[in-house]
Amino acid sequence: MENSLDPAPPLLEVRGISKSFGAVRALQEVDFTLRAGEIHALLGENGAGKSTLIKVVTGVFPRDAGLVRLGDEEVAPRSAKSALQAGIATVYQEVNLLPNLSVAQNLFLDRQPMRFGIVREGEMRRRAKALLTEFGLDIDVAAPLGNYSVAIQHVTAIARAVDLSARVLILDEPTASLDRHEVEILFGIMRQLARRGIGIVFVSHFLDQVYEISDRITVLRNGRLVGERETASLPRLELIRMMLGRELAETTSSRAAASEQKAREVCASFENYGKAGYVAPFNLELRRGEVVGLAGLLGSGRTETARLVFGAERADGGQARVEGASVRLQSPRDGVRHGFGYCPEERKTDGIVAELSVRENIVLALQAKRGLHRPLSRREQDEIARRYVKMLDIRPPDAERPVGLLSGGNQQKVLLARWLATAPRLLVLDEPTRGIDVGAHAEIIRLIRELCDDGLALLVISSELDEIVTYSDRVVVLRDRVHVEELSGEAIDVTNILAAIAADGAAMQEARA
Amino acid sequence: MKGLPPVLITAIVLVAGFAACAVQFPNIASTRVVGNLLTDNAFLGIVATGMTFVIISGGIDLSVGSVIGFTTVFVALAIERWGVPPLVAFVAILALSAAFGAAMGAIIHVFDLPPFIVTLAGMFLARGASFLLSTESVPITAPVYSTVSDFALRMPGGGRLSAIAIIMLAIVIGGVLLLQLTRFGANVHALGGSRATASLMGVAVGKMTVKIYMLSSLLAGIAGIVFSFYTSAGYSLSAVGVELDTIAAVVIGGTLLTGGQGSVIGTFLGVLIQGMIQTYINFDGTLSSWWTKIATGVLLFAFIALQQGLVALARRPAAKRAGAVS
Repeated sequence: MENSLDPAPPLLEVRGISKSFGAVRALQEVDFTLRAGEIHALLGENGAGKSTLIKVVTGVFPRDAGLVRLGDEEVAPRSAKSALQAGIATVYQEVNLLPNLSVAQNLFLDRQPMRFGIVREGEMRRRAKALLTEFGLDIDVAAPLGNYSVAIQHVTAIARAVDLSARVLILDEPTASLDRHEVEILFGIMRQLARRGIGIVFVSHFLDQVYEISDRITVLRNGRLVGERETASLPRLELIRMMLGRELAETTSSRAAASEQKAREVCASFENYGKAGYVAPFNLELRRGEVVGLAGLLGSGRTETARLVFGAERADGGQARVEGASVRLQSPRDGVRHGFGYCPEERKTDGIVAELSVRENIVLALQAKRGLHRPLSRREQDEIARRYVKMLDIRPPDAERPVGLLSGGNQQKVLLARWLATAPRLLVLDEPTRGIDVGAHAEIIRLIRELCDDGLALLVISSELDEIVTYSDRVVVLRDRVHVEELSGEAIDVTNILAAIAADGAAMQEARA
Repeated sequence: MKGLPPVLITAIVLVAGFAACAVQFPNIASTRVVGNLLTDNAFLGIVATGMTFVIISGGIDLSVGSVIGFTTVFVALAIERWGVPPLVAFVAILALSAAFGAAMGAIIHVFDLPPFIVTLAGMFLARGASFLLSTESVPITAPVYSTVSDFALRMPGGGRLSAIAIIMLAIVIGGVLLLQLTRFGANVHALGGSRATASLMGVAVGKMTVKIYMLSSLLAGIAGIVFSFYTSAGYSLSAVGVELDTIAAVVIGGTLLTGGQGSVIGTFLGVLIQGMIQTYINFDGTLSSWWTKIATGVLLFAFIALQQGLVALARRPAAKRAGAVS
């Protein structure tokens, strides 16, 4: 064997990759090194640049700068197909196979064994069977792929990729829709492939899985490389700090003078509220004039909690109460009826209607609440729009401007105005400061505080821990879809939140059981 | 048990329908009637075979009726007015229609347009062009036409299997083989599953699209020639609305209108069902022939409802059946 001091030569080397979309710099000078036979986790929060990096390496997006070397050769794939030919295969969370074709056809599409222009069906099935047996799968390969579970479809996709002589296998969130047992099987296959010398890139939000399977970890944040570490020598807390970008020194950011802790009346409460496979049952009390922050990594169940609270998703157990009375929240309509408002994370797709004017967007929820039989007169609409444009300082102060033409921060304010116009008792904000510039950022945070002082109950989700610490009266920390901790008063600081997120899986497994 | 495959349901409907007809009119159950049924619907069977490929690939081809009409006029004029030998005229029109289909396929792929719109344009174009050639019916008197019309295989029981019926059966069989046994057939299914995924898996989506519409128009051209044999004339108004009968036959035959699944055999059975209804109405003698359309409409509704039901059924359980991971 080679000199053991020498690290294995890199199989895939990415140097100085940059990529911009318009003015947004998605990747800046990112390096990434994958060795043969290793399982390398690629981690980062939303918007860190993981998917962009994968898509640039596999040629789905053209790159602005940098180079990719596979083995000794420089490669510049122009499409997923040419990346595959070069030996880089990607299996996405959404399996990219054809459910209407048989398993065998999926494995051998466009390269079926042929004789006299006729597909040798028997031969193809025999080979498909043999290939899948290597992966510990004994299934009827003549049946349509769509008949099988997602786990089997994943394994089929991997088998196809590997059989196409892939040397690098990129698995993007492969475990997101698998149960524990299926994850074990997938990991077994990954280890087996790594032993054969294939380099595997593993993208996942599940840190327990990352620690279980990966040899090394590369962390990206905001399109930049944060670092590359050996998994075994990287403490979990350190990893989370890398992902969230916190230095202990700077976590002393002061809390805004916490409004005094007088006993506030409960406006909505949830007991043992949850949904199987979505969020584990939780208890949550929301009080007037109080901000509750939801903290946790991406995929930890923050948005899921918000959707349950609003009624966008139905709970399958537990009890919800509004002003002490037991209620059923089966749909967003129910949420609105009980005086809830919800500003979703995806402003562009779930929130604003870009073609409509500021005024029309603002009165949307109010009109929906009143019903079509009682239309708001144009004068009322103008009045409402003028009030909120002034109150929230929406710029430019032109209520007839299409919302799509406003900046991100102002779009967020329009969304806020829409719900405020319905005079809600509870407002749920999912990442209210995402994608807006720094100035608007501070303003949104000021607004949150103000609304709260006006007696509104707020439930706010944010990845920015500083931000959460600044405005929250209580912080609920989530991990792997479980509410693991509730911090209040003096206990709210970035260090404590990080510690709660990082607490290792053992306790959590018990909580699940 | 996943329920019956759609083709089998089509077959059962056909057999049950035929049995019911035979109970009322025992004469229907003769090779004579069946032979005529095949002859009368030869052009429909041919064009529906092509349509099956298009629909399985997730597309639609509305131009086929017009292509048939154009073909009959072109062939009639070429033979009768321009003095072109019939065989040369056939080769020319087939080349022309194949090129027409290829062009539609290329436009659909390159400009990423919905096939519905592109082939709708093709439909107007071909129909308009046939009017440009001639607005009146042109009878064809070439000797080859009477030869072909006279030719027939005798079947036991006195039925005649005409030349055009034989052509249709040959094309249906060829279509079955092409769809089931070749890489082309697998790619047609792949396109119907998802164009994007098929492309990622290495299927040359552009080339396939061109070939599929080329095949459909080529078969429409053949159907046009067959139609001209059947009527011994070329007329620019012939085969108006045939594209809709064709789509109906394909859907009744169990092919998913959304693509990805279907069979040529099913389509053939769908054509026979339509022919059977027509035959029944002829035998009855008191019913308006428009009842064919009504019956076809009812059957279409039934089959579409059935498909939706099957699709919903297939989706419901995350189907973790069979093949447990070992």
